[in-house]
Amino acid sequence: MTPTTETDVAEAIASATGPVRIEGGGTRPIGKQVASDTLSVAALSGISLYEPGALTVVAKAGTPVAEIEETLAKENQRLAFEPMDHRDLLGTAGVPTIGGVVAGNVSGPRRIAVGACRDFMLGVRFVDGTGTILKNGGRVMKNVTGYDLVKLLTGAHGTLGVLTEVSLKVLPMPETSATLHVHDLSPLDAVAAMSGALGSPFEVTGAAYNGDVLLRVEGFEASVSYRLSELTKKLGHYGQISQTNDPEASAEIWQSIRDVQSLQAHGSDVWKLSVKPSSAPAVLEMIQAEQTLLDWGGGLIWAALPAGRDLRAQIKDVNGHATLVRASAETLAAIPAFHPETPVVAKIGAELRRKFDPRDILNRGLMA
Amino acid sequence: MEMPTPDPFVLAKKARVVARLRSVLPADAVISDDREVKAYECDALTAYKCPPMVAVLPSTTQEVSDVLRVCHEEGVPVVPRGSGTSLAGGALPTADCVILGVARMNDVLETNYPDRYIRVQTGRTNLSVTGAVEENDFFYAPDPSSQLACAIAGNIAMNSGGAHCLKYGVTTNNLMGVTMVMMDGEIVEIGGAHLDAGGLDLLGLICGSEGQLGVVTEATLRILHKPEGARPVLMAFNDNEVAGACVADIIKAGVLPVAIEFMDRLCIETTEAYAQAGYPDCHALLIVEVEGSDAEIDEQLSKITAIARKHDPVELRESKSAQESAAIWLGRKSAFGAIGQISDYMCLDGTIPVSSLPMVLKRIGELSDEYGLKVGNVFHAGDGNMHPLILYDANKDGDLELCEKMGADILRLCVEAGGCLTGEHGVGIEKRDLMFDQFTPQDLEAQMAVKDVFDPQWLLNPSKVFPLSASQSRRAPAIAAE
Repeated sequence: MTPTTETDVAEAIASATGPVRIEGGGTRPIGKQVASDTLSVAALSGISLYEPGALTVVAKAGTPVAEIEETLAKENQRLAFEPMDHRDLLGTAGVPTIGGVVAGNVSGPRRIAVGACRDFMLGVRFVDGTGTILKNGGRVMKNVTGYDLVKLLTGAHGTLGVLTEVSLKVLPMPETSATLHVHDLSPLDAVAAMSGALGSPFEVTGAAYNGDVLLRVEGFEASVSYRLSELTKKLGHYGQISQTNDPEASAEIWQSIRDVQSLQAHGSDVWKLSVKPSSAPAVLEMIQAEQTLLDWGGGLIWAALPAGRDLRAQIKDVNGHATLVRASAETLAAIPAFHPETPVVAKIGAELRRKFDPRDILNRGLMA
Repeated sequence: MEMPTPDPFVLAKKARVVARLRSVLPADAVISDDREVKAYECDALTAYKCPPMVAVLPSTTQEVSDVLRVCHEEGVPVVPRGSGTSLAGGALPTADCVILGVARMNDVLETNYPDRYIRVQTGRTNLSVTGAVEENDFFYAPDPSSQLACAIAGNIAMNSGGAHCLKYGVTTNNLMGVTMVMMDGEIVEIGGAHLDAGGLDLLGLICGSEGQLGVVTEATLRILHKPEGARPVLMAFNDNEVAGACVADIIKAGVLPVAIEFMDRLCIETTEAYAQAGYPDCHALLIVEVEGSDAEIDEQLSKITAIARKHDPVELRESKSAQESAAIWLGRKSAFGAIGQISDYMCLDGTIPVSSLPMVLKRIGELSDEYGLKVGNVFHAGDGNMHPLILYDANKDGDLELCEKMGADILRLCVEAGGCLTGEHGVGIEKRDLMFDQFTPQDLEAQMAVKDVFDPQWLLNPSKVFPLSASQSRRAPAIAAE
C-alpha cells in the first residue's frame, strides 16, 4: 500500500484486516520484522511550511531527509540533532525519510549538546490503529496545551500510529566548525577528558572516542578559535593535541561518527548502549567487543559483537539500555532488539498500545 | 469557573479517610482542621478558591505511595501541589479532595558533575537546584519567573519554560529521569542518568501532564556549566511591527541569543513610572541577551545591532558592564509588579508563530478597544510565547468575567494564527474549556485515553486540563461509604 494522502492512510488502516508494517524509506529495519502487508508513507511527501524566521519546518512524513536538509541549507539552517543515516551500517538501500527519523527518534553526535530528535519535535499528525486521524502539538516552540503525545509518538517505531506529518524546530548553521583531537587515550582518560570538555563553558557540540578523543566546536570564526585554544589548555595534560580546522574535513569526521562507519565492516551484531558516561570504561571491559565507538561523551556506546552473543547478560548491573541494531533474523528471534522493561513500565506501554491500536496491527511485536 | 459538585460520599467519610492517612503518616503531616486547610485553598490563580477536605505533607516517596494507596482504596480525588505558584489553577483543590503537597521533600539526593546531572526530591525550588551546584559554576537551565518559589514538581507537571529557553529548552528538554508514584501507590522509575528512553518515551509524556498521570517525587535533572558571561542589548522602536521584523531578522541571521524579550508601550510607560529603569520613550522595546566570553559577546552584539540598525531604531543601548546589564533588565523584571501596582490584571500565555506577531498585536489592540479593557504586552519574542496582561478592576461587578471573556478571545486568536492556548503555564482550570478550540473531540479522546492507562478511576487532579463536559463520563463517582 502506498497511499498518497492522509485520508488514504486512514482508510487503509481502517480497512486493514491483519498486521500492517509501516515503512518510510525502509532504510532502518530495526526490531523484529513480522511478515505482513506493508504500508509505505513514501508518497506522502513534501515540505508543507518552512519559516526560517520562526525556526520551524513542517513536512509530510515521507519527505526525504535530504530534501529537508537541502531546503534548510539554502537559508543557512539545519536539523541540529544531526540524524544518523543507517544505510551503510545496516546495508540497506532506499531514501531515508523524516517520518522514519521521527519514528526512530534518530539523532547524531550533536544530541549531547542540543538534544535528541524528540527535543526538536513540535507537532505530529498521525493515524491511529483504528484509522482515526489525530494531531498533537503544533508548529510553535513553546506549547504545553494538553498531553505531549508528540514525544510519545517520537521513537514509538510506528507502533502507536502512522505518522503523516511532523513539525520540527530547526537551528541556524554555524559560520564555521572545527575538531580538536586528543590522541591515544585509554577509555578512562577519554571519558574524563570528554566530561571535562562538556562540563566547560566552551560549548562543545560533539564528543566522541575511537582511540583518540574528538571534540567539535562550532560558531563564529573568532569564537571557534578562542574555544579551541581554551580547550587545548584544559585538556593538554591528557595527551598530544591536534586540530582539524577545515570545516569540510571536520564535517566528514563527524559524518563518519554519526553513521558509525568504523563498525560497518564488521560482519557481526551491532549494539547501541545508552549509559551514564562515567560507566562507559567499565562497560567496555565487561563486553570485550570486536570494535567500539563512543559518542555523546561516553554516554553512547556502539559495539560490534560476535553474532548471537547476548550483550545484556554481560552488563546486568549497569543502569541504561541496550538496543540490538543489527543482527540476523535468527539472533533477533533469540535476543530482543529492544531492552526489556521493568514489569510496571512494560504494562504501561502495553496498555498505551492497546488504546492507540486496539487490534494490535501497527508494526505488531516490533518493539517487544 | 465551573467545578464538579463535591462527592457527598467522600465528604461523609472524611473522618475515616483522615484516620487512615494518620495511620501512614507522621501526626504533623496530616492537616484536617477546617481553618488550617484554608492555607491550601488556592494557587497563584487567586480568583478561585476552595479549601480541600484534607491536606497531607509526606516526606518520602514511600509516604507518597502510602497516601495514594489509601486514597485509591477510598476513591478520594487527589490534587498534587508543588509550591502553589500555578497561574492556571493547576493546584486548585476541590472540596472533596486530598491535597498532596511535596513541600517537605526538598533534599538533594545526588550531584554528579562528570556526568552533568543532579537528582533531587521534587519539592525543592527551581532556584535552589541551581543553588546546590553554583559553587562549582554549574546551573539548572529552565528559569520560570517564579523560580524563587516554584517547585521542580510543578515545573515537571507544567513543563515550565522561562526567559532563556530559546537556547536551553524547557523542562522536558532538561529532565532525564523521574521516580513517580502511580495513583494505586505503585512506584515507577523512568529514565535516569543515561540519555533517551529504551522503549516508549514515557518521560516525555509525563512531563507536562499537569499531575494527572502520577506524582513525581524525585527527578534527575541535567546541569550545565555556566557561560563565561552574558550581556544584553536594548533596542527601542516606534512600531510593534518593526520590532517583530527585527526579531525574525536576528534569528534568520544565524545568531541564537539566549533570550529575546519584548515590551509594548503600556508596559514600557508603566514600568518606567514604577522602576525608573531609564527606558527610552518608544512604542516597542526588545531586550536581546547573548552569552560567551567578553570577545564573543562583543562579536554577537555587533552582529545583532547591525541588523537592528536596518530597522531604524529610536535607540540602541549595548551593555558594557554588569551594572548596565542590570539596568537594562530592571524594567523587564519589574513589569508584572509595575502593572500590579496600577491595576488588577490577568496574565495570558498563548504562543504564536513569530511571523504572526504584528497581526496578533494589532488584533489584540482592536479587542482592547472593543472590550474597553487595557492590555499590556510583555513576552518571550524569540519563541512566540506571548504574555498579554489584561487590566481589570476586581472590585467592579462583572469586570473579571469581561476580562476572562476577552482573554478567551485572545487565546482563540493565538490558535487561529497557528499557535496554541498555553506556552508554559499549563491548561489547569483556566484554559480547560477552550481545549475544543485547539483540538478535535478525537484529539482530546486520545489524550484522555492516556489518563485512563495511568489512572483508570480518574482520581488524580481529575477536573483539570479537559473540558468538564468531555471528562464527565470518566470522572467516576467515588466508592460509596460503608
